[in-house]
Amino acid sequence: MWGYLLRRLFESALILLGITFVTFILLYLVPADPARQIAGRSATAETVANIRDQLGLNDPLFVQYWRYLAGLFQGDMGRSYLQRAEVASLIMARLPASLMLMVTAIVTELIIGLTIGVVAALRRNKPADHSLMIFSFVAISAPQFVIGILLLYVFAVQLGWFPIGGYGTWAHFVLPSVTLGLLGAGWYSRMMRSSMIEVLNQDLVRTARAKGLSKLRIVTRHVMPNAILPIIAMIGIDIGLFMSGIVVVESVFGWPGIGQLAWQAIQRVDIPVIMGVTMVSATAIVLGNLLADLVAPLIDPRIKTK
Amino acid sequence: MKKLLLSSAIALTATGALAQVDQDAPQGGEMVVTYQDDVATLDPAIGYDWQNWSMIKSLFDGLMGYEPGTTTLRNELAESHEISEDGLTHTFTLKDGIMFHNGREVTAEDVKYSLERVTDPETRSPGAGFFSMIDGFDTWNAGEGEGLSGVSVTDDKTVEITLSRPDATFGHVMALNFASIVPQEAVEEAGEDFGRQPVGSGAFQLAEWTPGQRLVFEAFEDYHRAGVPKLDQVTFNIGLDPTVALLRLQNGDADVPGDGIPPAQFLQVVNDAEYEDQIVEGGQLQTGYITMNTQMAPFDNVDVRKAVNMAINKDRIVQMINNRAVPANQPLPPTMPGYAEDYEGYAYDPEAAQQMLADAGFADGFDTELYVMNVDPNPRIAQAIQQDLSQIGINAEIRSLAQANVIAAGGEEDQAPMIWSGGMAWIADFPDPSNFYGPILGCAGATPGGWNWSWYCNEDIDQRAAEADAMVGDEDGREEAWRQIYLDIMEDAPWVPVFNEQRFTLHSNNVTGDDSLFVDPVHIPVNYDYIYSTEAQ
Amino acid sequence: MSVATDPAARPRKPSRARVVLGELLRRPRAAFGLIIIALMVFAAVFAPWIMPQDPFAQSFDGLDLMGAPLPPGGDYLLGTDLLGRDLASRLILGTRTSLIIGVVANGIAVLLGAGVGITAGYFGGWTAAILMRFTDLMMAFPALLLAIVLAAIFQPSLMIVALVIAMVNWVQMSRVIYTETRSLAEREFIQVQRAIGSGPIRILFKHLLPHLLSSIIVFGTLGISTTVLLEATLSYLGVGVQPPMPSWGNIIFENQTYFSTAPWLVFFPGLLIVLLALGFNLVGDALRDILDPTLKGRH
Repeated sequence: MWGYLLRRLFESALILLGITFVTFILLYLVPADPARQIAGRSATAETVANIRDQLGLNDPLFVQYWRYLAGLFQGDMGRSYLQRAEVASLIMARLPASLMLMVTAIVTELIIGLTIGVVAALRRNKPADHSLMIFSFVAISAPQFVIGILLLYVFAVQLGWFPIGGYGTWAHFVLPSVTLGLLGAGWYSRMMRSSMIEVLNQDLVRTARAKGLSKLRIVTRHVMPNAILPIIAMIGIDIGLFMSGIVVVESVFGWPGIGQLAWQAIQRVDIPVIMGVTMVSATAIVLGNLLADLVAPLIDPRIKTK
Repeated sequence: MKKLLLSSAIALTATGALAQVDQDAPQGGEMVVTYQDDVATLDPAIGYDWQNWSMIKSLFDGLMGYEPGTTTLRNELAESHEISEDGLTHTFTLKDGIMFHNGREVTAEDVKYSLERVTDPETRSPGAGFFSMIDGFDTWNAGEGEGLSGVSVTDDKTVEITLSRPDATFGHVMALNFASIVPQEAVEEAGEDFGRQPVGSGAFQLAEWTPGQRLVFEAFEDYHRAGVPKLDQVTFNIGLDPTVALLRLQNGDADVPGDGIPPAQFLQVVNDAEYEDQIVEGGQLQTGYITMNTQMAPFDNVDVRKAVNMAINKDRIVQMINNRAVPANQPLPPTMPGYAEDYEGYAYDPEAAQQMLADAGFADGFDTELYVMNVDPNPRIAQAIQQDLSQIGINAEIRSLAQANVIAAGGEEDQAPMIWSGGMAWIADFPDPSNFYGPILGCAGATPGGWNWSWYCNEDIDQRAAEADAMVGDEDGREEAWRQIYLDIMEDAPWVPVFNEQRFTLHSNNVTGDDSLFVDPVHIPVNYDYIYSTEAQ
Repeated sequence: MSVATDPAARPRKPSRARVVLGELLRRPRAAFGLIIIALMVFAAVFAPWIMPQDPFAQSFDGLDLMGAPLPPGGDYLLGTDLLGRDLASRLILGTRTSLIIGVVANGIAVLLGAGVGITAGYFGGWTAAILMRFTDLMMAFPALLLAIVLAAIFQPSLMIVALVIAMVNWVQMSRVIYTETRSLAEREFIQVQRAIGSGPIRILFKHLLPHLLSSIIVFGTLGISTTVLLEATLSYLGVGVQPPMPSWGNIIFENQTYFSTAPWLVFFPGLLIVLLALGFNLVGDALRDILDPTLKGRH
């Protein structure tokens, strides 16, 4: 177990190194010149040349990459080209908001998604199953911008239950978590339903039925623990998605997460910020997957950590 | 709608003539402004987007400034500004008792320090190039020498700035944010983080900055103009989509949506009687245009460029964006000095355009590409242009890309045949006709990575532009010279000027002031210093 | 690999396809799903003949005087878009792009993900370590950045956006299948097969795959919605279909801020996406029932 963990951590470090390299090359290939972005439209050619020089953008790619890595190992992620602030401080200022929203959103998805999934599986091919199926598909297909604004309009403007966006109290968490959670709930509900059905048909359930155990007991003791396995894998994936891909929800709810930071940096070729955010989200993804692989054997003892 | 346009046109001419600032406006109260994007920096040497531009204007002052709501230059920190006969020496005397937010008095040394800082190559200021007329700029900005030799301190209150060439725009340059006066000790203490801990001598000082959430500006008690600012506090809420910002305003949680009325709700809002008194319309020193790369066939043929000019149905484009703009026929916007009132431009006439194209040897049209930035409404406008071009046989494929990609393509001599400038269009740095020339139409901008995306370079016109800028003291003659320059450029037709955007500022009933303050040409979205609260006493 | 995950497409015995199809048509829900899919394929293939209007024409009367789009009804069956074009025609033409993305690109991603996941899960050891760490790498890969680079280097095309989607979308599938296979591989019925000396190919396809089908179908059908929308994001950055070419995704993407003033611009394309995903889901569920050994004869 500990050997496995150590090996995985070592592999994770290699992956992160690979990600920095690939991202660096991609940024090098982007035709937009960061010096031009900094210099603005009124700059003379000399000013731009001077900025390139100062940022070391004229050096060969590998020299630049090595310099970045050397900084990274000393805990220095560099400074934003456009904001001039330290990348680490820009990210740290936003990370707590991202992490907390991630947690509340995952809890929301699990509650809604698993409930729907279990109900749909037990009521298989009945009207309840069909309506829940349509709900799931709509939740996945609806643009989050639209869902977010609708929720804001109904629950914040009309009913006044929640603030109109922003960050701070528990009330601020509800609507963004639900908006994010609906999408995930769609996925989880379908996954849960199908894996419940898979398990319901297995021998152990038939055996349990034959033994005369109550239905509730069968479902909670035997079916759900077995069915939840694919969901664990999904949560690892979700962590990654939440760290990088929730720009729209952050924007609708004025949420100070790192998605906004990343999106603005990508559009303006702010290389140190892009590198920093990519690193943070890559770390979250890699750790999320590691966690999922570690939890899986606990849920299903048949899996061995090899 | 039409009525709205007319009435505001009258308002504009009126404000152009005299500043209408209510001196008796009550003090106190607060205002909430919303923005979608985070504030990049509040360092006046670095901030160069329209969002932080007006924030910095409230935190910092320079020697020169503008009458609120107008484009009329006035002395700001300067008590007086004298120009020598040859136009080369400018002597500024500071007002007495001007304080920085840190409690120290502003001196002539600070002026010298600030100008040297912004032109120092280590500062990497996007505005350094504006000061190229100051004597000694070339060596200092190249990283040599010991400071700007053209700036000398004669006494505590007096600075003498020597120019290497006479330049009529120098007053405007000294009113740019880049020329703001900063205290050396605060800059050195904060280092690279000065943009997060700004200290200036402006009407407001920064009280709180929570990244990604909000900034709070508090009135500066020792501000050098009595009775300014009117408000005690301005709060900026950051990270809100414009649609949500509008919901907040409707709910009474916000006073000014900084990103404006979202296009999707525009008609809904302007047609709503409830908002009739809360929307102010004004002009903008902005032109949206199509560039045609004069170095790439077939746009190297002036007749092809003229034909394209006649093929674009600007009225339809303006209608499509809900009349939030007025059709344009020349590079300068109507509120800019030098605008040619009676110039008719190229009238929309697809048949004549097709004929002209045929005469130029393109009876069957040709294939080309139209680059456009991917933010709404620009791809839509590009599609309207595409349809107009197809009427005369030109098949333009659209390349809709992120802003940085379009700018990069425009900066290559042989990459982008046509670019719709929307979203990246030129907005004047200062209200002077010269500002629409150099980087976007002059030879200097036609370099790799430059902003002259037409790659248009007419050396005769370049020469005349330099002469016009040297006409110090002859305002009318200079204006006429520039007018002629732009009309001659239109003869070469490197652009299709499409429209001049109008500004529509929505504000709550909690804040008020002269209409001109809500469409202030140099403070976008609004002039934070002079707006006042209706709840204040 | 693809042979076995889609038995209806290339069965071992020629008569089996007909049997399965017959089974499908006997089930009303599956038949309904088949009809939806058939209609959409029909619309994509015969788009030029069935579009009521020119999908690119920015009609003068397609906008009102203030420049607002027209609601459904009148000359324009489903209303007009922000440029005054006929929405119904654009949706029909957009079926082409969206089917290629949602079915073909997404299908490739699902097959790839299932293949990687099942291989890693069954063999374990170094095979798993290499494959799954590669999956981690791809998952952490900044896809939007890749899109921006590709947009600058290549001419935009449907091909590139389909490739990008296939490249980035298989990873989730492979994670889930990997975890499930790890568990299944230790079950008795697989161990028995191993003990009697069945080859890995036979075990994978004949014994493991049927148990993984339900997850594959869930991912495959839900992936339709997400990839059709992802296409719009990637195209927005300049790699995919460029205006004025419509797709369901880009119609939603361009118009979502207008949903309160012009809801039809978001509702109709959204409805089509849901219908397509539902159609495949109904057929997929039925297919699974028909093919799953443990469920035989339970309907």
